[in-house]
Formats: sequence, C-alpha cells, structure tokens
Amino acid sequence: MNGRLSVLAAAWVVARRDFTAILFSRSFFFFLLGPLFPVLIAVLAGSLGSRVDASQERPVLGIAMSVADADALERTRARLAPVLDEELPELLVIRRLAKGESYDPGEALALRKVKTAAILSGSLEKPVLTGPGGLIEAWRGPVSMLAAQARSGAEIAYPAVALKPVARSSATERKGRFATAQGAQTLLFLLTMMLAGMVLSNLVEEKGNKIIEVLAAAVPMDAVFLGKLFAMLGISLVGIATWAATLGLLWLGGGISPERLPDPAVGWPLLIALGVVYFAMAYLLLGSVFLAIGSMATTVREVQTLSMPVTMAQLMVFFFASFAMTQPGSAVEIAAVLVPFSSPFAMLARAAQEPALLPHVLAIGWQMLWVALLVRGGARLFRSRVMKSGPAGKTRRRSRWSLRRP
Amino acid sequence: MASNVEGPSLAIEARGLVKRFDGFTAVDGVDLSVPVGAVYGILGPNGAGKTTTLRMLLGIIDPDAGSRRILGAERPHDVAHAIGYLPEERGLYPAMKATEAIAFLGALRGLPLREGRRRAHELLERHGLGYAADRQIRQLSKGMAQQVQILGTLVHRPRLVILDEPFSGLDALNQGKLERMIRGLAEEGTTVIFSTHVIAHAERLCDDVAIIAGGKVPFAGSVDEARDRIPRQVRLETRDPDGAWRKALPVDARREGTFWNFSLPEGGVEPLLRALIEGDAGILSLSIERAGLHDAFVAIAGAAAARALDVGSEQEDVR
Repeated sequence: MNGRLSVLAAAWVVARRDFTAILFSRSFFFFLLGPLFPVLIAVLAGSLGSRVDASQERPVLGIAMSVADADALERTRARLAPVLDEELPELLVIRRLAKGESYDPGEALALRKVKTAAILSGSLEKPVLTGPGGLIEAWRGPVSMLAAQARSGAEIAYPAVALKPVARSSATERKGRFATAQGAQTLLFLLTMMLAGMVLSNLVEEKGNKIIEVLAAAVPMDAVFLGKLFAMLGISLVGIATWAATLGLLWLGGGISPERLPDPAVGWPLLIALGVVYFAMAYLLLGSVFLAIGSMATTVREVQTLSMPVTMAQLMVFFFASFAMTQPGSAVEIAAVLVPFSSPFAMLARAAQEPALLPHVLAIGWQMLWVALLVRGGARLFRSRVMKSGPAGKTRRRSRWSLRRP
Repeated sequence: MASNVEGPSLAIEARGLVKRFDGFTAVDGVDLSVPVGAVYGILGPNGAGKTTTLRMLLGIIDPDAGSRRILGAERPHDVAHAIGYLPEERGLYPAMKATEAIAFLGALRGLPLREGRRRAHELLERHGLGYAADRQIRQLSKGMAQQVQILGTLVHRPRLVILDEPFSGLDALNQGKLERMIRGLAEEGTTVIFSTHVIAHAERLCDDVAIIAGGKVPFAGSVDEARDRIPRQVRLETRDPDGAWRKALPVDARREGTFWNFSLPEGGVEPLLRALIEGDAGILSLSIERAGLHDAFVAIAGAAAARALDVGSEQEDVR
C-alpha cells in the first residue's frame, strides 16, 4: 500500500505536520498577539506624549513698555487673534513704564522676577526681544508684525479666504510614495526577521525532542529542510493575513478612508501582491541560512551565538536597501537590487515609487534563482551537519564496558 | 541460520564501512551480511560503533568509505518505505496524540494518513494500548511512549526492521512483549536487526550476531559459531574435594566449593573420567556445558580490544 516517496512528497508530509502542529498550538495564538505589544506600547507612548504636550502651558511674552505702546500692542493682538491666534504669542503686560523709567529685562528673567518666557521692551519703533535664543528667534516675525500694526493704528479688514483643496500635488505624491516605500520596506524587514527566526527555534526544538533522527531515517534531509522551510512560510502567511485583516478592520472601523493613504506607484493591489512575493523571497533566502545554522547548533545558546552575525548582516542589508531607496536609478539602487538579500527590500521600495513592472519580473526571476541556490546549499549543509552535532565529544567518549551478564 | 550468505538473499550487505568524526574513527571497516528473514543482533558495549553503523546503513549519515546495500538498493532512502527504524534516542512530538504519532511515522514511510490512523487504532488495541489512542504523547509514561514509537516503526509493515537498543527503557514485562513481537515479525518473514549490549536478548532471539568493539567487527556469524569459539566447559562435583586424582584436571581448573570448573580437554572427557574413577574421587555429578554467548563475547571482543591501541583499559574491564 505504501510506496517510495519523492523528495517533494516527503517534504509535504513534513510540512503538513509542522504547519498543522504550529497552527493549532497555543504558541501560535501568542505569535499572532506578538505584534500587538509594540503597537500597544506605541499607542500608550503616543497618548502619554500628547498628554504631556497638552499639559504644557503656552509660552507667554511679557511686555515692559510705555503705557501707550503696551496698550496698542494688546489691542492689536486682540484684533488679529481671530485670524492669526496660533501664530501670535500670548501677551502679558508686566510693566507699564512711566516716562524716563528704565527696565532691565535680562535681570528680570535671570532673577526670575517674572514668569513669562521672554520680555518685549524698547518701543514700537525699536522693539527689543529678550529671552531664550530659539524662542525669540521664532517670535521675531510675529512681534515685528504686531509692532508695525500697533504703530500704524489703522483698522485693516481681513477678507475671508475660500479654500479649494486638491487631493495631492506632484510634490505631496512623491513624498507620499516615499513614505509608503519606507513603511513597506520596514514592515517587510520586521516580518522577515521575526518569522525566519521562528524556523530556527522550531528546528532546535526538534533536535531537542530527538525527532530529527526519525525524520532523517525515513526521508531525505533535503525533504526535511524543504518541508520545514515551507511549513513556516505557510504559517507566516497565515499570520500576516490575520494581522492585515485585523488592521484593515480596525482602520475601516476607525473611519479612515483608503483614499487618505498615499498611493504607491504600482497601485495598492499590486503593491500588496508584490509585497507577498517579496516577503516569500526574503523569507526563503534568510530561512535557508537560519536552517543551515540550526543544523549546526544543538542548544539555544549556540543558536543565538551562530545567528547573531546573520542578524547583524541582515540589519546592514536593510540599511543598504533603505539608503538605496533614497537614490532611485542610481548605481547604489541597482547594487541593492542585485544583491540577493537586499533585492526584495529594494524592489518593494521601487514598487512604491516607480510604476514600471518589467523590473519586478526580472528581479523575481533573479531572486528565485538565488532562493533555489541557497535552499540547495542550505539543504546540503543541513544534511551533512544535522546528525553530527551531538553533545560535544559524545562520539569520542569511549565508555567503559557496560556489558551485562544474562 | 547460515551467515555470510552472498547474493540477493541478503537484506543488508555492508563492506568496509568507515566513519570518522573530527579525526576520530567511530567505525573502522565494518562488514555485515544479514540474511533475509533473519533476526540479527549487533552486540557491543556503549560507544562501540553500533549506532553509527546503523545510521550508515539507513542513510542517515554517509560512510567515509565502504559500500552498503539495503534490500538490494544502494541508496537506503530508495527503500525507506520497506524499512522500519527505532532509534536509540526515542523521539516523538509531545503534543501529538498516540494515533496521530503512529500514523505520522507511517506517512513518513509512504503510508497514506487515513490508512495509518486505521492501522494505528488496530495496533494500539492489539497491544493493549487502545485506551491511550487519543492521549497526547506527553501524557504517556516513558515506557508507553516507547511502545507507541515501536508500533509506529511497524505500522507500514516493513520488510526490514532496524531497532537500536530497543529494550532499553522498557520494564521486564514490556521487554518480554517486545521479544514476542520480534519473534512474531520473524515468523512473518520480516528481517529484524537490532543492537544491544544485553547478551540475554540476543541469545534468546538471534539467529546471527555481529560482535562490534572499538569500531571493528571481530566476529559475524551464527550464535552457535560464536559459542564454538571457546571450548566447552566441564563442571565436576566430587565427594572428596582433594586427592591424587587432582593431577588429572587441566591446568585452568577453578574450584568453587565442592565444584571444579575447567575447559573440556582436547582428548575428550573419557581419559579424565578414567583418572577420576581410578583416583577414587567420588564423582557426584559431571556436566559438559556449551559456552554461553556472554563468554563467547568476552573471548572474541576481548581479543579484538587487545589489538586495538585505544581500548587497552577496556579490555581489562572485560576480563
């Protein structure tokens, strides 16, 4: 009834077991919840930040001028408030100076005699701002305008301006696409790193369970390698689909219209499709390396030691692809597309910025070639190493004869 | 059963297998010929190279030198569907139910999952483990989990079953069950090869054995041939423990109370009997016993160990 299994059929048996075992495990539930924690922390931090922001009082500009100038400034501020309130500093008259009376704003601020952020002194013709450099620099223009208006005393009628918003200009479109490219690239990197690492821990667990020998005896190691790699890819795609669906529902539930998102150059449906393809490529490339590493390691500590350089290298690759994204069409971008590990990241960023599709076809072909090479090389290393890496010195240890008599 | 049979009647044929790990030679030129339908034992102490040899035969690791044919195939994975293997370090997925674990092991050997589940239920019922069918492996005792794995080794009805130290971890009752299972397989024509460092199991079950020590196989043949490697033993009890008749005893005679033990002299027992009667030894009993497999093992493996440079101290332990 049973016959010889081909490598692919054997890989399917391994992948099916891994996929269902992980999908219906408690750890998968926690895996799905995983991204919730950084999001939660970001939301909390954001909310805390805005509260801190809101609780901070608006800086007030103190006025120490003659009675006439101070009153004129207050009146002008009140007249301009309906149209320029946010742009104008809050004013507080701290001293109406009598004729010939002198006032030292620097000393008042240094000795904390006043509670204002800065002090405007002098006259409307020659106003002087005293206070922290950044603040007085920012108030220079508004104060000049207030002084000029106060000095002229003329009533100016401010006409109502009709607003005619357009969806986007070419400048905002470029900016939006760049932001989309950046976001897509970062998301791809985070998902790849998180999920490729999972394949590693799965393998180490299996070595710990001693199951690997059962598998190795029954099916070729290439099949074990492929089965594990594709099972975790399947799990990753289920996870990503779940997260995307949840995010989509929250987004729509929150009333955010998709039209408000900056459109990528190839359009959203194609960008998502390309994102899935490039994720699969990036995952398979990195997963092959991690699986090969896993075959050499016996403990979690060894795995951490061995995978650290790969993780750091992957981080460098991400930075390289991010840098290349800022220079579309340059030699740097072409190099990022050609280097197999950065290629999926560079091409996804390109999809957000450039509408041409042919480069994607070529890049996917190029990446598939490298996936095939790395999977093959990884499987070979896996096969040669995975059953050798027993406890150190185990094979060398010549135990004493433990023969038992009948 | 005859050993060293050549031709297609061999389930396993290995020639000059060598395996080195980081410069250390774990297996050094092993030859094996396992006839189809035989129960074949690989005897050796821990670290002798048994597991490495089995792993090479199964294609889990490749030999550095030598060749092997399993069920006529040069690549063991080509006939994996006809082989059942129980590794020394047992391993099952802890979260899997017993039925699923057995079916999965069958699926790895090409048995469809549905058929695997059906057979798993059948096997569990037959071996008194039906109540554990839906329990997870982690909920079973170590012995029960081991039995589940043994059933998983057999679920696809292999023609060749390879068991690495199958009795370790089992209590006496389950060791007996496993022995009966192996006999049952042999009656059905299945070739069974198992490694052990417990002579009793091999002596009770095997037609042929290979003795392995220091990565080499100093003996491979039938159990009877192994026993005949050392002279038969005479056990003599006399009324008078001392007397002139003692001069008739061979030089290796050892006294244990009123008993004398010694190897059967080359001239046979008659001249000795005559001397004892003439010397009025008062013979109470005299038995001639064939050497046990254990004694044969010590004699064979000990001699090999003496030749090996790195097992000198172990030889002392054996002697």
